[in-house]
Amino acid sequence: MTALVLRELRLAATGGAALLPVLFFLLVATLFPFAVGPDGPLLARTGGGALWMAALLAALLPVDRLVEPDRASGVLDQLSLKGTSEETIALAKLLGHWLSFGPPLMLAALPAAALMKLPQDVLLRLELGLLVGTPGLAALTLGVAALTAGLRRSGALAGLLMLPLAVPLLIFGAGLVERGNESGALQWLGAVSLLLLAGAPFVAGAAIRASRD
Amino acid sequence: MSALLGLDAVSCVRGGRLLFEGLSLVLAPGEAALVTGPNGAGKSSLIRLAAGLLRPASGTVDRATAALADEQLALDERQRLRDALAFWVRNPEAGLETMGLAPLARVPVRILSTGQRKRAALARVIASGAPLWLLDEPASALDDEGLERLEAAMAAHRAGGGAVLAATHQKLALGGARPVALG
Repeated sequence: MTALVLRELRLAATGGAALLPVLFFLLVATLFPFAVGPDGPLLARTGGGALWMAALLAALLPVDRLVEPDRASGVLDQLSLKGTSEETIALAKLLGHWLSFGPPLMLAALPAAALMKLPQDVLLRLELGLLVGTPGLAALTLGVAALTAGLRRSGALAGLLMLPLAVPLLIFGAGLVERGNESGALQWLGAVSLLLLAGAPFVAGAAIRASRD
Repeated sequence: MSALLGLDAVSCVRGGRLLFEGLSLVLAPGEAALVTGPNGAGKSSLIRLAAGLLRPASGTVDRATAALADEQLALDERQRLRDALAFWVRNPEAGLETMGLAPLARVPVRILSTGQRKRAALARVIASGAPLWLLDEPASALDDEGLERLEAAMAAHRAGGGAVLAATHQKLALGGARPVALG
């Protein structure tokens, strides 16, 4: 299990694969003020939601490198022969993926928030939301990656599958940023995230098994 | 000692097509079976059934710990050959030595040739220590010297109480192997 997580981290580190979502996130954060205009208060009001959108789209980027390369190269088969269950593989991938996705995104949110002129308390809520929400995003990415592994031109399909499922994360994440936690947005975000985390290894494991037939 | 592989009245359906049915095969330590048949007869499917990667449409599969070498290399392309093998087996040197890959141990996997990749896949099986070897087209892409090494390794494995299930349409010396003809 540890070896599997370490392998995921190594794969994410080599070739800058882990960097891609972060750069994408920063790029969106840079472009948004150009689109909205240099109106400080307006940016500060809409910026949090825009950053959550950016995080959601950034989470979509690794979808084609999480499962498909390992399926095509036979790594999943060899792991199964060694007696590793597909659910364990999926859990290891989930852990490894979040470690290479969540914390870097939270770091990137600091300069991104500066670009959006977000006040400090809003930034804190954004970071808190990302800490709670990115595991759910990572779980969603993994589940969709496993479901679409082996399909041709799976990228567009993955987007269609994943983005609707991410709506609750987006609502509660952006709600937490904009209105604070008076309506329990953080708890809802955590609940959705936990649900996705609990379900993803089983969905991904079953999808990996089904992809063999 | 009990059998290392037991297929009991196994049938296999792929894509709605019946490939074979009622196939029974038992491999005890030291035994081997050679699966032959035309393209599409189900040789690879039989290997994957034995590996537990496919479920039989009917019948049962029992097996000891197995190692598989098939068309897919399953080694990280960016890593050196030795390191890539070390992810899977504790002692990659044994396999590298047996398949004549020792001089290539520090070469990245991505620049290996087709034949060298085949040798690497076999090296993992050899180094795995698993009692049951499942080999899908082990001789393809191997040169004469590689084939000799493979045959010697299979003989040594069987002498040491292992079993081999190999599927091939090429010539492969597997003394006293039970023939399994499909299709």
